[in-house]
Amino acid sequence: MAQVALKEVTKRFGDVEAVRDVSLEVEDQEFLVLLGPSGCGKSTVLRLIAGLDTPTEGIIEIGDRVVNDIEPQERDVAMVFQSYALYPQMTARRNIEFPLKNRGTPKDERERRVHEVADALELTEVLDRRPAQMSGGQRQRVALARAIVRRPEAFLMDEPLSNLDAKLRTQTRTELIELQRRLETTVIYVTHDQVEGMTMGHRVAVMDRGVLQQVARPTEIYDHPANLFVAGFIGNPPMNTITGSPHSQNGDLVIDTVGGSIPLTPAQQDAVRRSGVTTVVAGVRPEHVVLDPDGPIDATVAVVEALGYEYHVVCRLDDGQQVIIRLPAEAVVPREGEDVHLGADPIRLHLFDAATGHGLAQ
Amino acid sequence: MSVTHPFERLKPDRLHDESVGKGSRTPRSRRRRRMMELLLAFGLLLPSLVIFGVFVFYPLIRQIYLSFFLTPPFPGEPNHYVGLSQIQQVLSSHDFLNSLWVTLLFVLYTVPAGLILGLLLAVLAHQQLAGIRFFRTVFSSTVATSVAVASVIFFTLLNPQVGLFSYLFGTQGQLSVLDDPRWALLAVSVVTVWQNLGLSFIIMSAGLQAVPDDLLEASRIDGARAWARMRHVILPMLSPTLFFAIVVGTILSLEAFGQIDILTAGGPLQHTNVLVYAIYDQVFNEDNDGRAAVMTVALFLITLVFTLFQIWLLERRVTYER
Repeated sequence: MAQVALKEVTKRFGDVEAVRDVSLEVEDQEFLVLLGPSGCGKSTVLRLIAGLDTPTEGIIEIGDRVVNDIEPQERDVAMVFQSYALYPQMTARRNIEFPLKNRGTPKDERERRVHEVADALELTEVLDRRPAQMSGGQRQRVALARAIVRRPEAFLMDEPLSNLDAKLRTQTRTELIELQRRLETTVIYVTHDQVEGMTMGHRVAVMDRGVLQQVARPTEIYDHPANLFVAGFIGNPPMNTITGSPHSQNGDLVIDTVGGSIPLTPAQQDAVRRSGVTTVVAGVRPEHVVLDPDGPIDATVAVVEALGYEYHVVCRLDDGQQVIIRLPAEAVVPREGEDVHLGADPIRLHLFDAATGHGLAQ
Repeated sequence: MSVTHPFERLKPDRLHDESVGKGSRTPRSRRRRRMMELLLAFGLLLPSLVIFGVFVFYPLIRQIYLSFFLTPPFPGEPNHYVGLSQIQQVLSSHDFLNSLWVTLLFVLYTVPAGLILGLLLAVLAHQQLAGIRFFRTVFSSTVATSVAVASVIFFTLLNPQVGLFSYLFGTQGQLSVLDDPRWALLAVSVVTVWQNLGLSFIIMSAGLQAVPDDLLEASRIDGARAWARMRHVILPMLSPTLFFAIVVGTILSLEAFGQIDILTAGGPLQHTNVLVYAIYDQVFNEDNDGRAAVMTVALFLITLVFTLFQIWLLERRVTYER
């Protein structure tokens, strides 16, 4: 069990910069989720930690040693692959035992540990089957068992749940969290699924186009996204954004938009003034938008989606910008085509620089 | 007025007919239909059946037939039927047993060596190194040479007067290895291995390409060093390729002819007189079709038994699962 640290790590494949200047510290026994869309470099970060790729620049530390020049077999990390990467000709038992064999663990010790792990993951009955004779969930657990059996310094997981069906995925997600707490081990978990990111990680590291966008606790990421990308990536339906320009109205700063003027709190006004930004993106989560006859924004209801447990009301401003409202199942819902007024508690407003996407400090 | 739903009209009446399924057609019409299908199948197979018939089945049957007839020592006299006596006589003859032994040695010298060298080169060429494409081309280049070209190249290299090898080994002016009973078969084998290396390399390379990267990566993380990776990941994933290469390689070696004809003509002292060459010798030099026929059938059966044995022995060890 150890901490893992990346210091100013960059990885280039030819002209392509897959990872740019990433610095990240994963605490001992922490469950860190690397979250981002496909191609954002999160898997590359994992491969750099595993030693399957070497960084072009920067330093990687596991425990207290620099591992840049250390081969994967010497790094003492275990990895669970998206495809599970089980050896097809070996039984589950031999798959799980393989890493121990490579380290010269004596036979009786090997058997004891395989049984221990198989017991914990309910694999005892399939130990003598080969991967092709197992279900997807069983294969996934064998891959997990193969990683656990070594008691490595850190676990690296590359979308381990993405090949499971929805129901099994939810169940395994919970089991993985329990497992991590029980083993008290460091886990770095790559996924593009924000639900996994929000529910599993002690902290979430959001990446986009090779750059680390924000590293924080899940609630922090949701409540205070650092920039427009994080704001739009986390949350379903995503955060509403309306573009406008700051405008002084009776001494107060407001954001002028197509639908109307959005009032700001004094702190927000200060932040906008200090930044000197001329085009601002105002963001608000769908659950924080309210239908309010006195609301500052005029919009038209385009579509009402009934999900059973709640409604998503999709509205459009005059220029086509979209605002989604989340309403509870028991709410009174407007009709499609109806003109409505939208409002929100200014405290719930997130402000971003339209040019850079950066959040304006509040 | 009853209005029919538009889709209702599209439904065939038969769907409402209770008798659909069983017994809607008479047994006779069904038999007729099957006959037509069978005819069509044969019709489609006919072109390949004709080719196989003319070039494979007829010669095979003809050889078996010929092996029952003794070829007379003087041309012009008719062949006469001798039953099994010729077969017995040829199969127990010293010449045949020698050829059989030489052929088996030749297979033993060429197949494993070709396989292992091809695999070795393929593993080397699989590394991501600068200029590796050049080596891949070089390694596979012998595919583009014919047996005759390969033989002539080595014939020159081994020449006792002007050959490079003779010069390097300091054996100039001495007996050529091709004329030395101790070395001739080995020398021919080396030429054969060299000539087949390109094909072996290409087959092994193709097999290696098919080994999934994440398996290799997983094994590295699992602590497997180069040899363990080879043994536990690459070789099992390569097993279908190896199996194919062993079977086909053995058949090719059993049928080797060109290099022996050019380099040694079966000599010295019958030491390279493999079965195919012995058969050729009987037909074209001795004019003894009967003896040749017996040996041909024998070679066919040996090849068949070899192949079946290999399939029996090896196929259960092959992993086709991915």
